Amino acid sequence: MLNNQGRPTGAGESAPAYNRKTFTGNRALQTREALIFEIGRPEVSGIDIDEPEAFTPRLGALARKTPLDLPGLSEPETMRHYVRLSQKNYAIDAGLYPLGSCTMKHNPRLNEKLARLPGFADVHPLQPTSTVQGALELIEVLSGWLMELTGAHAVAMSPKAGAHGELCGMMAIKAALAARGEGSTRKVVLVPDSAHGTNPATAALIGFEVRAIPAREDGTVSAQAVREACGPDVAAIMLTNPNTCGLFEPEVVEIAAAIHEAGGYFYCDGANFNAIVGKVRPVDLGVDAMHINLHKTFSTPHGGGGPGAGPVVLSEALAPFAPAPFLRRMGADLEILTLVEETGDGAAFGRLTAFHGQMGMFVRALSYMMSHGSDGLRQASEDAVLNANYVRVGLGDVMSAPFGDRPCMHEALFDDNWLKGTGVTTLDFAKAMIDEGYHPMTMYFPLVVSGAMLIEPTESESRASVDLFIMTLRDLTFSVRRGELERFSGAPYYAPRRRLDETRAARQPILRWTPPAPIIEDEAAE
Amino acid sequence: MRYLPLTPEDRTSMLRRIGAPDIDALFADVPADKLLQELPDLPRRKSELEVERTLSRMAARNVAAGSVPFFVGAGAYRHHVPASVDHLIQRSEFLTSYTPYQPEIAQGTLQMLFEFQTQVANLTGMEVANSSMYDGSTGCAEAVLMAHRITRRKKAVLSGGLHPHYAEVVRTLSRMAGDDVMTMAPDVLAGEDMLACIDKTVSCVVVQTPDVFGNLRDLNALAAKCHENGALLIAVFTEAVSLGLIEPPGAMGADIVVGEGQSIGNALNFGGPYVGLFATRQKYVRQMPGRLAGQTLDANFERGFVLTLSTREQHIRREKATSNICTNSGLCALAFSIHMTLLGESGLRTLARVNHANAVKLADMLARVPGVEVLNETFFNEFTIRVKGDAGQLVERLAAQGILAGVPVSRLLPRAGFDDLLLIASTETNTDEDRAALVAALSSQLAH
Repeated sequence: MLNNQGRPTGAGESAPAYNRKTFTGNRALQTREALIFEIGRPEVSGIDIDEPEAFTPRLGALARKTPLDLPGLSEPETMRHYVRLSQKNYAIDAGLYPLGSCTMKHNPRLNEKLARLPGFADVHPLQPTSTVQGALELIEVLSGWLMELTGAHAVAMSPKAGAHGELCGMMAIKAALAARGEGSTRKVVLVPDSAHGTNPATAALIGFEVRAIPAREDGTVSAQAVREACGPDVAAIMLTNPNTCGLFEPEVVEIAAAIHEAGGYFYCDGANFNAIVGKVRPVDLGVDAMHINLHKTFSTPHGGGGPGAGPVVLSEALAPFAPAPFLRRMGADLEILTLVEETGDGAAFGRLTAFHGQMGMFVRALSYMMSHGSDGLRQASEDAVLNANYVRVGLGDVMSAPFGDRPCMHEALFDDNWLKGTGVTTLDFAKAMIDEGYHPMTMYFPLVVSGAMLIEPTESESRASVDLFIMTLRDLTFSVRRGELERFSGAPYYAPRRRLDETRAARQPILRWTPPAPIIEDEAAE
Repeated sequence: MRYLPLTPEDRTSMLRRIGAPDIDALFADVPADKLLQELPDLPRRKSELEVERTLSRMAARNVAAGSVPFFVGAGAYRHHVPASVDHLIQRSEFLTSYTPYQPEIAQGTLQMLFEFQTQVANLTGMEVANSSMYDGSTGCAEAVLMAHRITRRKKAVLSGGLHPHYAEVVRTLSRMAGDDVMTMAPDVLAGEDMLACIDKTVSCVVVQTPDVFGNLRDLNALAAKCHENGALLIAVFTEAVSLGLIEPPGAMGADIVVGEGQSIGNALNFGGPYVGLFATRQKYVRQMPGRLAGQTLDANFERGFVLTLSTREQHIRREKATSNICTNSGLCALAFSIHMTLLGESGLRTLARVNHANAVKLADMLARVPGVEVLNETFFNEFTIRVKGDAGQLVERLAAQGILAGVPVSRLLPRAGFDDLLLIASTETNTDEDRAALVAALSSQLAH
């Protein structure tokens, strides 16, 4: 109904403090939302589909007798359920998302539109190759961009995510060693302390032993330490560059030389490629294999934890050892090869996944790359590094940086030395950021730095946005120093949930919904 | 550049604030001879219009499944996805959020994953499910590793009905990890004797149902023999819709159930991204790979959800982790979950019956075509036919006529003597006209 009295509503003379609980438990736009198992009904469906005409099933004795117990919702109820759930999430589109090592940059919507073209989205991986020449062309063009940007000789497109790419690269190394007859003698992979947890996990998964390399005081890896750790048993080094402390490894060329002299290979974790696209080509530095997180550097959406995509670029030495399937151009036509012997050298190590990789992500990544072009890609990296250094300088006098005033790459690292004795921890500080409308930075990683806070603003932030972020964090640091502990210890106060009890969740895991125990009438009445 | 908010003036003044003379001063750690002076040898920036034009041209060179009579399956299936699914997964808060490490501001993703886990567990007839894997094939390989951890044995036996690409993924990972794999011969008629292969050295048996040739498998005897010998039964499916109509592996004694979830909520996407479903028994949950959402309480004793049991995972355990995985297939899991919620039990059952009815109708029509033999006794929405001559060439000829007729078995098992076999899938998207077109084209091709 219209306000037919035409009177504007005022703010009230003096709004009293009001903290009453609402009947629904909602707080205006912040709503509660039950589980689909609590609101759905088995007989309800949001889809109209007619029963088939009578026919004789061909199921043998295997028709389903077990209950499905799957609730249904009509379409309006479904929309409301998921829209309400979505409103409990933070997102890049809603605010700065400074998760170090995750590269939460803008996800262009053009990419989404193009990935949904029927010619890409509605195409089956096993259609005749004569009917998918455009899809294969896209993969060929994207491969070309990735190789040019990295200096590589080949690229394996099928890995499904960064960690899967690591697996691919390390398998190629294992295959190359086996081809040299050193598969059983070279078992050790060197991994710096500062590495992502996936690196040692990947190496161990396929039977390598992990030998840790300590990081230097300044957060980098010394070529001397690598040389000393090298021996005839060493298969490879897994090094992140730019590294997890946000620094470009200054001795990377010497490290590559050391591992190559010792007969090993150089696997580079490409998680931080966003800092150097168009500035440095990793294979020029001596890298033999590197995965590229298309969902970080090339803007494919993170989607609440995937799907990602992790193509692996390979140096000339490792190029023959890529996994199937292969793409081959025969004149005007492209074809997919799945049999190792068809590739000519017979060195491929096998297959990583059922089909050809994350096509939907390939379309998005190529759309991003073509939009930027060579000039825009370099500019994006420079802006990412610029924003990170601007944050580093903007906070350097009020927080503590483990490696002093040294310039960083695309992420700025702080430690918790400045919090010592204040009663506030890195975790508390991060949770207080939530109340200020920010997603926290990466915390307690890398492990080599006490109470680490790794801030990656990305190139997607305007100067005004980064300025406000810096001012907010400065205000929080002043609050710490004034001893305003309650701002931190109980935070967040304004999020859809207060701090959640993760210990309880792990001790008595509840991993699925189960119907509540029925109330027995007689006892309930007593 | 439209995605970059910093202006040239911003850059200059920010460099001044930092105290760097120019941008390359921030790249001082890069060896001078490695810092690129020239731009990469690639095209310059393009407008949205130009990019759209370039990629649309590539897309137009492909034959979209929806534009022709389409019967291709073998691990990926074309189903109708409701418009609301694609709308909801494109909401910024789902699309552009990260793994829910900060649960207070990620309850949307976490509750959705908790619901997804419950749906997958109920669908497969199991007790618990994880929050998804990359796809069915990688989930299958991870299941084998999990079985090895539980049984402390290292030998897997793969059914000859397992999708050949899945088998290859398992063999690749197992070979690299130094584990044994025994693969049964390809088994078109589901006549293999797996019971004879199970002894006390076997860690797990991997069986697909419906198998890659479409046959439904009764797993009860196999499960019993596995358990007698201390081995685990891993059941695989590539068509999730089938579970709306056939007995789930969990009810037949499977210990781990893995499968491809693409066919609910997700497009074909030329092979990815897809979503792996992974379910097991409660007692094995601590050996399960992948992320798990769990229920807990917040400081106000309100129900909430968090990622849990992370002590299994790589970022805590490093080289002792159960797996190296750190992402799942979150957005595809969301699409699966929304579609499943829209379907509900009654919708899923009907959808599955329509699929089966369509496939039965098509199989009966094809059985009457001279030169075609339908090989399956049982199937869900996909079956194998034997044709006169080479099935691969036949499929090419039919494609030239605008019909995508199915997957030649030689595409999955090259040079293995199956050149006359063709897998044909039929879902609710096929019409009577589609079936008539296929039958007519096949009849005329085989009459030559």
